Amino acid sequence: MTASLTLGPVLFNWPVDRWRDFYARIADEAPVDTVIVGEIVCFKRAPFFAEAMGEVIERLAAAGKTVWLASPILVGSERERSAMRDLVRSDATLPDGGLPEGGLVEANDMGALALLAGRPHAVGPTINVYNEATLGWMAGRGAVAVSLPAELPAATVAVLAKAGRELGIETEVQVWGRAPLAISARCYHARAHGLHKDGCQFVCGNDPDGMPVTTMDGQPFLTVNGTQTMSHGCLCLAAEMPALVAMGVDRFRLSPQAMDMVRVAEAFRAVLDGRRDGAEVAAELGGLIDAPLVNGFYHDTAGALRVA
Amino acid sequence: MDNFELICPAGTPAALRAAVDAGADAVYLGFRDETNARNFPGLNFTRQDVADAVDYAHARRVEVYVAINTYPQAGNLGPWRKAVDDAARLKVDAVILADPGLLDYAAKRHPDLRLHLSVQASAANVEAIRLYREAFGVRRVVLPRVLTVPEIARLNAEIDIETEVFVFGGLCPMAEGRCSLSSYATGLSPNKQGVCSPANHVRYEQRGGALASTLGGFTINVFGEGEQAGYPTLCKGRFVAGEGPAYLFEEPTSLNAMDLLPELKAAGVRALKIEGRQRGKAYIAAVVRAYREALETFAAGRPVPHIDLQAMVEGGTQTTGAYTRAWR
Repeated sequence: MTASLTLGPVLFNWPVDRWRDFYARIADEAPVDTVIVGEIVCFKRAPFFAEAMGEVIERLAAAGKTVWLASPILVGSERERSAMRDLVRSDATLPDGGLPEGGLVEANDMGALALLAGRPHAVGPTINVYNEATLGWMAGRGAVAVSLPAELPAATVAVLAKAGRELGIETEVQVWGRAPLAISARCYHARAHGLHKDGCQFVCGNDPDGMPVTTMDGQPFLTVNGTQTMSHGCLCLAAEMPALVAMGVDRFRLSPQAMDMVRVAEAFRAVLDGRRDGAEVAAELGGLIDAPLVNGFYHDTAGALRVA
Repeated sequence: MDNFELICPAGTPAALRAAVDAGADAVYLGFRDETNARNFPGLNFTRQDVADAVDYAHARRVEVYVAINTYPQAGNLGPWRKAVDDAARLKVDAVILADPGLLDYAAKRHPDLRLHLSVQASAANVEAIRLYREAFGVRRVVLPRVLTVPEIARLNAEIDIETEVFVFGGLCPMAEGRCSLSSYATGLSPNKQGVCSPANHVRYEQRGGALASTLGGFTINVFGEGEQAGYPTLCKGRFVAGEGPAYLFEEPTSLNAMDLLPELKAAGVRALKIEGRQRGKAYIAAVVRAYREALETFAAGRPVPHIDLQAMVEGGTQTTGAYTRAWR
């Protein structure tokens, strides 16, 4: 089994034209194997992307990418539930599924996981997989790949990667991009602008890389992306890639930021292929994003820290 | 009409007796380790404490639930499985679990043990709840604090499993069990270690007339002279996003849904939960007594009384949280 690169879904509210162009360039230039698409943070944003979804999926598939669809992180309301039910009918294992061959649905909520039982599916990083017993239970229900939560330390990743190999389920670790830290029914973007979620005016669209949150001392701390809270620091495990490969991790996820993601993908591909040194790549990529690189979760300390 | 069940917290044997004596229908507690989501120093129960608690509660027809609601550590499942085994052996009335792997273990190893789904599993929709019922035989779900009352009503119309909702105490503005904020600042998380914004990472600094509180080196709040300082729980801090400092996520406030009892009853909710295993016995006694009085009055068909719990709430403010749509 050779390790592969995954591009996670765009988590920010980009204008649909930018979103479409982003994926066109990914299709043409980015050396990633799997591209996961879908609006998973806020159901209010989803209609904007729906019009371009078919075109984006076709373009990516024509370029040889495996395309997966991601389900929403938080599903509470009837509308969210209905959207989730529609989405799990899309995968390529169904006769009229809509996704090209190899296409799967990645569940980001236990409700979607329930609906996907009995057919091949992926499990996203916002579903809690913390141990081998849960991994085994999911494998038994048809999961073929699990993207591990960002807060897991190396020792846990090692156990899960090993168990994954035994169970025939691929494990994935996020190696680039701000870490998703929390999800809420409340929209903090709207709240910060004195608005209510129902009348949010889509203010999250003003911040293509999320809204910076600093402490009262002016120290950068977090990033608000609508109902989602993310890290300020950009998670980067480029230097840790050889160790992750040695553990048996199969997939490496790059989470899109508003930056040159083709360059990011090329750099991580070079590390994966043994052509470049991970620490050197981290140093280069660190200069491309207005945030410190962090890897504390992996090193079993505060996620905001960088351990050399 | 059956009355609501009142589910009350206990962090110590004294708090448990206070809750039982004040009118709890059930008391929930945790073992003294990382298997429960209130793994705080000086809190929680030894196995013998639980045995004594079960004796005390059962003699007064009160149930005991054990929360084993953190996510077991990979390669080290033993402590969590032993907690489930011991809870069953000690004849508790239910265990409150979140992790699918642990639920699977409990369902297979102890088929007669009643399983409740912890709020830490954040099951917020019909499909998710049905999954836990069908896969593990879960009998009750504690709903995450992300749903409005009408959403809870619609949910209950479609599931054949009891629902329990929080009515009083601290509240997470984030979906529970899906939050790594504490972990990001301190390395310690609710899911892994059963702690949030842990005290050993908290510092208070005097800055002239102001008092700053920090967590993991990040300033969570700065209180001016005359302002009452609070504990720096990360999501209740003041931060800057665009404009000046504000309580970006949530004010220091407490949930109090007493006024919503008729709506929660109409929504088909079975049990009401009070948060606060970290609270002292006087607090527990006062809150449980107030809720018992409200429930009895409501069950008798009289209007829900306005009982003053102002002295019991964090920051001196109360909210109905996500139960009303305006909160979002």
